[in-house]
Amino acid sequence: MTLGQMPFVVSALLVVLGLYALLFKRNLIKMVIGVSIIETGVNLFLVTVGYRAGGQAPIYTYSDPSAVRVLPTPQALTLTSIVIGLATTALLLSFVVFIHRHYQTLDAEKIKELKG
Amino acid sequence: MNRGMSIIVRTATRLVYALILVFGFYVIMHGHLTPGGGFQGGAVVASGFALVLVALGTAGLKGVLNRHLLQSLEEVGALAFLGLAFAGVGTAFFYNLLANSGSIFGATDPSALASGGLLPLMNWAVGLKVMTGIASILIVMIIGARKEAVE
Amino acid sequence: MNALLHHAPVLLVAVPLLGAFAVPLVAKLGANVRRSFVGIIALLTTAIAGYLAASFYAAGASPIVYVLGGRMSLPSGMVAPIRIMFEVDGLSVFMILITALVALAAVLYTSSNWKERSGGPMKDSLMLLLIVGIFGMELTGDLFNFFVFLEITSIAACSLVGFRVWRGRSQEAAFKVMTLYTLSGLFVLLAVGLLYGQYGGLNIAYLATMIGSGTALVDKIALGLLLTGLAMKAGAVPMHMWAPDAYGEAPGAASIVLVANSQASLYGLFRILFTLYGSAYSPQSIAWILIALAAATIIVGVTMALIQRDIKRLIAFGAVSQIGYMMLAVGVGFAAMTALEPADFGFVALQGGLFHMINDAACIGLLFLAAGVVIRRAGTRDLQGMGGLAHSMGWTTGFFMLGAFALAGMPPLNGFASKLMIYESTFKLSPVLAILAILASILLLAVFLRAFQAAFLGPRPERLNGPQSVPASMLVSMGLLAIVVIAFGLFPGFFVDKIVTPAANALWNGRDAYIQAVMLGMGG
Repeated sequence: MTLGQMPFVVSALLVVLGLYALLFKRNLIKMVIGVSIIETGVNLFLVTVGYRAGGQAPIYTYSDPSAVRVLPTPQALTLTSIVIGLATTALLLSFVVFIHRHYQTLDAEKIKELKG
Repeated sequence: MNRGMSIIVRTATRLVYALILVFGFYVIMHGHLTPGGGFQGGAVVASGFALVLVALGTAGLKGVLNRHLLQSLEEVGALAFLGLAFAGVGTAFFYNLLANSGSIFGATDPSALASGGLLPLMNWAVGLKVMTGIASILIVMIIGARKEAVE
Repeated sequence: MNALLHHAPVLLVAVPLLGAFAVPLVAKLGANVRRSFVGIIALLTTAIAGYLAASFYAAGASPIVYVLGGRMSLPSGMVAPIRIMFEVDGLSVFMILITALVALAAVLYTSSNWKERSGGPMKDSLMLLLIVGIFGMELTGDLFNFFVFLEITSIAACSLVGFRVWRGRSQEAAFKVMTLYTLSGLFVLLAVGLLYGQYGGLNIAYLATMIGSGTALVDKIALGLLLTGLAMKAGAVPMHMWAPDAYGEAPGAASIVLVANSQASLYGLFRILFTLYGSAYSPQSIAWILIALAAATIIVGVTMALIQRDIKRLIAFGAVSQIGYMMLAVGVGFAAMTALEPADFGFVALQGGLFHMINDAACIGLLFLAAGVVIRRAGTRDLQGMGGLAHSMGWTTGFFMLGAFALAGMPPLNGFASKLMIYESTFKLSPVLAILAILASILLLAVFLRAFQAAFLGPRPERLNGPQSVPASMLVSMGLLAIVVIAFGLFPGFFVDKIVTPAANALWNGRDAYIQAVMLGMGG
């Protein structure tokens, strides 16, 4: 496995870690952290997709016109994804605050009013 | 109404707060030339607000960050963005009307500050919305948490 | 007029967005001004949707492409599908009509002034944002743009589910729904990243020409991730547990817009399967997986509805089972398409499944809105605590009965027409499935009759005596859906020919037309 493929491996590892935290942890805040880790893994994957070997940053006016530049489109996709991740995390955390206010606990096993 | 953290932190915050704001506005303004732009700069400014909230406590809020003002500014930013998108509707939605046209934002040299057409204006609109939006979220969460701690 | 038609696809997204952003500012002028503003926005959106549909059908149902931000040819002379494009074909127009109908009914219902609690402008703003997201998902021709609108709908929908912050159950439901929606969105994003890395483009038509020319493993992984993400969002078993929580806890008319949201993600699934990948590059096993999931959804939905005591959760489980019917029909159609010789009953199956989408939207809409009125009137959601409401709420009783019978498939209502098409085509593929579907329908009728009897017939508890009339706008919105139910039931052939057949055509053999609309348009 070459060095250039390591980011893909790390990204997959992050997604798996996040899924583990989401599915097997009982504390609600840990679940939110799991979702955040999955988002980070996906963002890392998107940025790595655009890499070109030996490339410079894709800023038109500050780089050598004949140099190889990395792709800018995946960076735009990643920015959008980060913004969406911010909004999602804020919403999830506000729901956790309200759940704590109602149930006085953050344990997912004890919050089971909706069953059946 | 709590007084925040110790006097060293409070003094340092009062010195640094303005610098953070200036840096955030710089990132917003140069979004079409260097890495940055509306969201990134808005997030930097919002982190300045977060510094004020944490270091100066809710006492630092009075007179500076008013919730209704923040909400109105948020809508102004959103409507400005949509209005700029409608500006080029003669050709297509989101058409960049002023780019390369020689008028106010239309310099043809791509490294000039006043270039890029509608993009810097959209950066400002998005930056305004992001900074006021994140500040609103922070205020609601901090005041909500304080209220709980008191009860 | 020509300019309006030219910009109509993007106006469908821009006008509700303008409304959503402006509502909090307009609300400062007073509650009545806000209500009329939201109503005007909804009527405007419906008018644009109707106008777009009429022109589209009149012009021969060929796909319309709208390029955002300029022409398809760039200023430097290069011609490439880089810009974000909205592409409207038969299936998109069909989904737009469903969404416009549901949006109009929901906004009319919410704008009534019956015992309104605080937070009105925020609820209107969120509902308009959700409608923006659904329209965007159904119109866009760019895969990443689809992801962005998907996330807009997720955030708006979950905010609506958790809107009533004084109920602990709604916060719990909103948390569960948000984690699931976020996970499904991330799967879709991962697949989009994979496809971009492989082929270098995000436009659906461009990718459709390139599918199959790269590594087959990447294509398959992307297809699996996309299908998983979108099926999670649509509410197919085994990831369906969020649906009854969400539909049950959302306030009033927000439930029916959430149903439209699930249908839009089902649209995304069909678009990916039929247009992006096509029958040539996907194995037939996908069709059988779809059919198996659909059958499980139907059974689980109906059996879980039997034991519910909360009226909204009961209807929500019914909605879950109907999504199973749509998936079953389209799965049968896909199986027929990928068979060695494409069989005719596949086209009928597609028609039945798509027709059932609009029928289901109208019937479930009627049921949810009538249930909302009943809950307001009776003050409780528990079926044991209600009774005897038929005497004072004649119209609502009629609407609930209409919706229940139509959904269970009674002639001459619309549910009968679409379900008959589904039964016929499924029988040709596998008789056992058809019999299962028919039995589930009968069970659903029994479930709704039990709810009807508990809520409307029987003796009335003491505390519910006293007159209380239902606001006119709620009755008007229910009447709108009832007209659709009756009209589509009395003249099914007419509506199937006009609206459903172009949509089914777009799936059955419209892949080339979709691709050529973008690729040939590169000339200008």
